Amino acid sequence: MNRFDYVRAGSVAEAVAASAAPGAAYLAAGTNLLDLMKGGLATPATLVDITRIPGLSSIESLPDGSTRIGALVRNSDLAHDAGFAARYPAVAEALLSGASAQLRNAATTAGNLMQRTRCPYFYDPASACNKREAGAGCAAIGGETRLHAVLGFSEACIAVHPSDLCVPLAALDAAVEIEGPKGTRTVPLTEFHRLPGDAPERDTVLEPGELIVAVRLPPEAAGFSAHARYLKIRERTSYAFALVSAAAMLRLDGGRIGAARLALGGVALKPWRARGAEDLLAGREPDATAFREAAEAALEGAHASGEANAFKIELARRVVTRALQRALAGTPERVPALPASPFADAPASRRALPQAFPQAGATAHV
Amino acid sequence: MSERVRHGAAIGADLTRLDGPDKVTGAARYAADFRFDGLLHAVMAVSGIARGRVTGLDVTAAEAHPGVVRVMTPANAPKLAQSPDAKDGPFAFKLDLLQDDGVRYANQPVAVVIAETLEAATEGARLLAPRYAAEDVRVGLDGEPFVPEAVGPGAPTRAGYGDVAAGLSAAHTRIEATYETAAQYHNALEPHAAVASWEGDHLTLYTPSQALAMATGRIAALFGIPPGNIHIVCHYLGGGFGSKALVTPPQFLGIMAARLVGRPVKLVTRREQMFGPVGHRAATRQTLKLGAEADGTLTAWDHHTLTQTSRYDDFIEPSGIISRNLYASPALASTHEAVRVDIATPIFMRAPGEASGSVAIESALDELAAELNLDPLELRLRNYAEVEPVSKKPFSSKALRDCYARGAERFGWASRPKAPRQMRNADGLLVGWGMGTATYPASMFQAEARAVIRADGSALVETAQHDMGQGAWTSLAQIAADGLGLPLDSVTLSIGHNRLPNGGLAGGSTATATAGTALHTAGQAAIAALAELAVNDPASPLYGAGNAGVVSAGGRLARRDDSSRSESFSEILARAGRDSVEARGTGASDPAAKKAYAMHAHGAVFAEVLVDPDLGQIRVSRLVGAFAAGRIVNPRLVRSQYYGGMIWGVSFALHEHAAMDARTGRFLNNNLAEYHLPVNADIPTMEAILVPEEDPHVNPLGIKGVGEIGITGTAGAIANAVWHATGVRVRDIPITLDKVLG
Repeated sequence: MNRFDYVRAGSVAEAVAASAAPGAAYLAAGTNLLDLMKGGLATPATLVDITRIPGLSSIESLPDGSTRIGALVRNSDLAHDAGFAARYPAVAEALLSGASAQLRNAATTAGNLMQRTRCPYFYDPASACNKREAGAGCAAIGGETRLHAVLGFSEACIAVHPSDLCVPLAALDAAVEIEGPKGTRTVPLTEFHRLPGDAPERDTVLEPGELIVAVRLPPEAAGFSAHARYLKIRERTSYAFALVSAAAMLRLDGGRIGAARLALGGVALKPWRARGAEDLLAGREPDATAFREAAEAALEGAHASGEANAFKIELARRVVTRALQRALAGTPERVPALPASPFADAPASRRALPQAFPQAGATAHV
Repeated sequence: MSERVRHGAAIGADLTRLDGPDKVTGAARYAADFRFDGLLHAVMAVSGIARGRVTGLDVTAAEAHPGVVRVMTPANAPKLAQSPDAKDGPFAFKLDLLQDDGVRYANQPVAVVIAETLEAATEGARLLAPRYAAEDVRVGLDGEPFVPEAVGPGAPTRAGYGDVAAGLSAAHTRIEATYETAAQYHNALEPHAAVASWEGDHLTLYTPSQALAMATGRIAALFGIPPGNIHIVCHYLGGGFGSKALVTPPQFLGIMAARLVGRPVKLVTRREQMFGPVGHRAATRQTLKLGAEADGTLTAWDHHTLTQTSRYDDFIEPSGIISRNLYASPALASTHEAVRVDIATPIFMRAPGEASGSVAIESALDELAAELNLDPLELRLRNYAEVEPVSKKPFSSKALRDCYARGAERFGWASRPKAPRQMRNADGLLVGWGMGTATYPASMFQAEARAVIRADGSALVETAQHDMGQGAWTSLAQIAADGLGLPLDSVTLSIGHNRLPNGGLAGGSTATATAGTALHTAGQAAIAALAELAVNDPASPLYGAGNAGVVSAGGRLARRDDSSRSESFSEILARAGRDSVEARGTGASDPAAKKAYAMHAHGAVFAEVLVDPDLGQIRVSRLVGAFAAGRIVNPRLVRSQYYGGMIWGVSFALHEHAAMDARTGRFLNNNLAEYHLPVNADIPTMEAILVPEEDPHVNPLGIKGVGEIGITGTAGAIANAVWHATGVRVRDIPITLDKVLG
C-alpha cells in the first residue's frame, strides 16, 4: 500500500480538523478500507483513526423514544444488544446475516454505511470504473453483470450497494448524524447514499471532512417490532453478499395493515425504499394479493442492466412477497440460527440428527 | 512380495493425527513461516491484460520508493540454463519467468519488486504501472477445436469399441445432453510461497510441494545446478489440490529474486495472484449420447468432451476417462477436443477429469433413468461393469455393489418416488434425492524409503513424502510401524524434505499406497537384516531359526514356531556390536498385476437437497457416501478424506466458478469472498461408510487411494437431487439459484 500519514483523533473536533489534509480518509475498523488499500484501489494520504474517540460507541434510548446508535458501535454488539434487538428485530437479523462473525466483531455501524460496492470491475485495477476514477468509463456495462443493478442505475454505473444493515435502516426512516467543518447536520438514510447518475465516484452526500457520528432511529420505528423480518437471498448459506434482500415490517391494526415498511437490498446503488408499495399496503388486508401487488409496486420501473441480471427482477418480487409473509407471521422470539435465510425457519430438531439420520429428511409425499 | 502382509497393531488403528498438537499450537511451520537473516520480501506485479506485450514499466518510480531494493524485469532477470518453455515430459508446465516481455494470460507475472519490507515491495509493485500493447482476447469454449495429442498426463485422447451409431439407433430410449462445467481454481488456503537462500550455487528453499523429487529436478534443470545442491524443506502444505504438484512461476521467481539480489528472499502470492499463474481446472462442455433397451441395459455410450487450454501449452482436462472405466456398454466412445484461448495453462485439480466427467455422466444416467421410468440406482446396477469396459480386464477388487447397497440402505433410498417435485418438508421446501457412482483409479508412482533400527530398539524411517493435510505424518508412521513390528511410539518418521529417499508424489491419490509400500518394505528388509544377525549368532535364542522362521512384534524377534524363544532388537544389536541396521525399500506398482487387472476404488453417494420453491436457493441437507478402497490404514483419517472430497463435491455442484470477463480475460471473483466455496452452513450432516474390501493385487498392503474419490459421484448426486426436488434439469454447473427459478 501507499505510504500515508496516520493521525489518531481524540475527539470529533480533532478528527474533523485532521481530515482537512488533502487525501485524508477516516479509519474505523478498516474491514473494507484496508482491503482496498492493500489492493492499491484506495490510496489515502492520511488516515484519521477515529476508533479512540470517546462517546461514539454507545446505544442510547432517548427520552422521545428514539434510539441513537454511536458510529463506532460494532455490528455484533448492536445485533446482540437485547434491548435493541427487541425493538428493531429486522435490524438485528440483517446485521447477523452479513459477513462473518469475525468481520461483524470488528465492523462498525458507520463503517457499514460507508462500505464500497462489490462490483468486480471496481475491485479490478485493470478495468475501467467510473466509481474508482471519475470519467474512466464503466467496464461492467456489457460485461459480467449477473450481480448488477435493476433499479436506479445509469449509463455511468450499474453497481449495487452491498449493505444488509442499511436495508432495514432505510425502511425505518433512520437518520444519519454528521459533523463536519461547517457544523452538524442530519440526513435521512434514504438520502445519504447517492444513485450514480453522472457522478458515480461519489457514494454518499458526505462533504469533504464530514464524519458520521451516529445513526438515529425515530420513535415510530419501534412500532413495527412485532412483525419485522429481513430476508436475504444469496449463493451460499452464509458469508455471501445478497443477490436480493428485503426488509419488511408491518404494524397491524385489527385485521388490517395499519402501516407497512419495505426496503430492498442488492438491486440498486443504495438501499431501495419502496414507498409506493408501503402506501399500497396501508389499510389493506394482509393477504397474498396485497403482498403480490406490493411486490409489483416495489419493482416498478425495474429493468435489467445486463442480460444476466434480468432474473433479479422477478426474484426481488418474490423476495418481497416472502418477506411480507414472514413479517405477517410475526417476529420470531430470537433471531434464527440462519439469520434472514430461506432456510431459517427449519425447526431446530432437524439440525441434529445422528441416530434418526435416514428418516431425517422427513418427506411428506404430495 | 507374494506373501500377504499381516495386519499389524498400527494399520487400521483409528488414531487422531500425530501432528495435531503442533498444528493447533502453531508449532507446525509452513513455508512462509520460515525466514533467514537479512531476508528481503518480494512481490509480483501481474499483468492487467490477457494477451500482448509489456511496453513499459516505471522501474524508476518503484526503485525510488523507500525500502525497495531492486525491481526484477526481463531486462535483468537471471538467465536460465534451460528455456522455461521446455517440457521433458507430461509432468511439466511451461513457465513465465520474466525471460521476455510477452503476456499470455491475465495475472501473468511481469515484474518482481524486492524490498526490505512486504509493504514497500507491495507499493513498489503498484508503482510499476505497466503499459501494454494489448491484442484481442478470446476466452470461453467457442472457437476452432483441435484434437489434442493426449489428455491429462499422457492418456489417450480417444478410446472406445463397438458401433456406437448402431447402438444408438437400435436403442429403445436415447438421450443426448450437453453439460458445461465452470473453470475452477484450486485455492489452497496456503498461498504459493518461496523462501529462498543461495550460497554460491547451493540453494536452500522453503516452499510447498506435492512432489519434492520432481521439484528438485526442475529447479536443477532451470538453474543449471546439480540436484544435490538443492535443499527443499516442506514439512506441511496448507492444501495443494494439484496446484503444488509442479513448481509454479511465483515460486521460481522467488528463487530468481534471491539470486538477483544475492540475499535471501521471501515471495508469497497474494490471493488474487493465485488466479492465473498456478494452474486451474479448465471449463468443459461435455456431450453425452446414451442409448438403452427398455429395461435400461445400455446399447451405446458416447462421451465427448470439449475443453480449453492455453495458446502456448497443452493440459487437457480428461473428463472422458471415467467413461472408460465405469459402466458396461456394448459400444462406447470417449473422445476429447480442445480450444486454445487466452488463459494460463490448466493443470491437475481435485480428481482431474474424473470430477468433471463424473458430474456429466451421472447427470446423463439420471436423465436416462427418468426417460425409462427406472430407479436411478437400478439403472446403474443393470449396467454394472464386471470387467473394465475399454480394457476388458477384470478388476483387482470391486465392492461397488456393497457400496450401493450400504449407502442406499443408510440413506433410505428405497422410498424415493421416481417423479420429480414430489416431496416437501414441513416448511414447504422442495426436497429431492439423487445419487451418483464414485470412482477413482488406484495408481502408484515410485517411491523409495529407508529404515534404520537403532541400538535402543527404536527405528527411524524416512521418505521424501508430503503432508498436505491428509494425515501422512500419521498414516505413513502406522504403516512403517507394522513393517517393523514396532509399536508406533518407537518409530520416528521423517518426511517433508528432499534429502530423504524419493518419496514419489502426493497426487493422484497415490501417496499412501506408494510411499507406504516403500516404508513397509524398508522396514521388513531392516527386520530381515536384523534377523540375519540373530539367526547366525550361536548366542541368540533365535540361532538356527533361519530368516523366514523369525517374526517381529513389539520390538522383539521371535521364532515363528516358538514365540517363547525371542530376543529384543537392542540385545541383538548389542551383541553384534552394531549401532544400527538399516535397509531400503521401494514402492511401485507390480507390472504383471497392472497388466492383468484394472485397479480402481469405488463408491456410491446419495444426496438430499432442499430448494425454496419460489426463491430457488439450494441447500444440501444430507450426504451419505459408501466407499470401498481396499485396506483402510486409519479409519478416522480416511473418513476425513471422504468428507473433504464430498465437500468439494458440494462445491463443484453448487458453488465454484471463476467469473471471467469474456472481452478481456480478466478475473472477476479472484478472492475468497466471491469465489464461493461452501462454508460450514452449506455442509449438512455427512456420513462416510467404509465398505470392507480386500484387494490381493493392487499392492502388498492392499491399499487404494482415498484422496480424490469423494468429489466424484457427489457433484452428480447433488445435481440429480436438484432435478428431483424441482423438476428442472440444470446442465450448466455450478447450479445457481437463477438456473432453477421457474
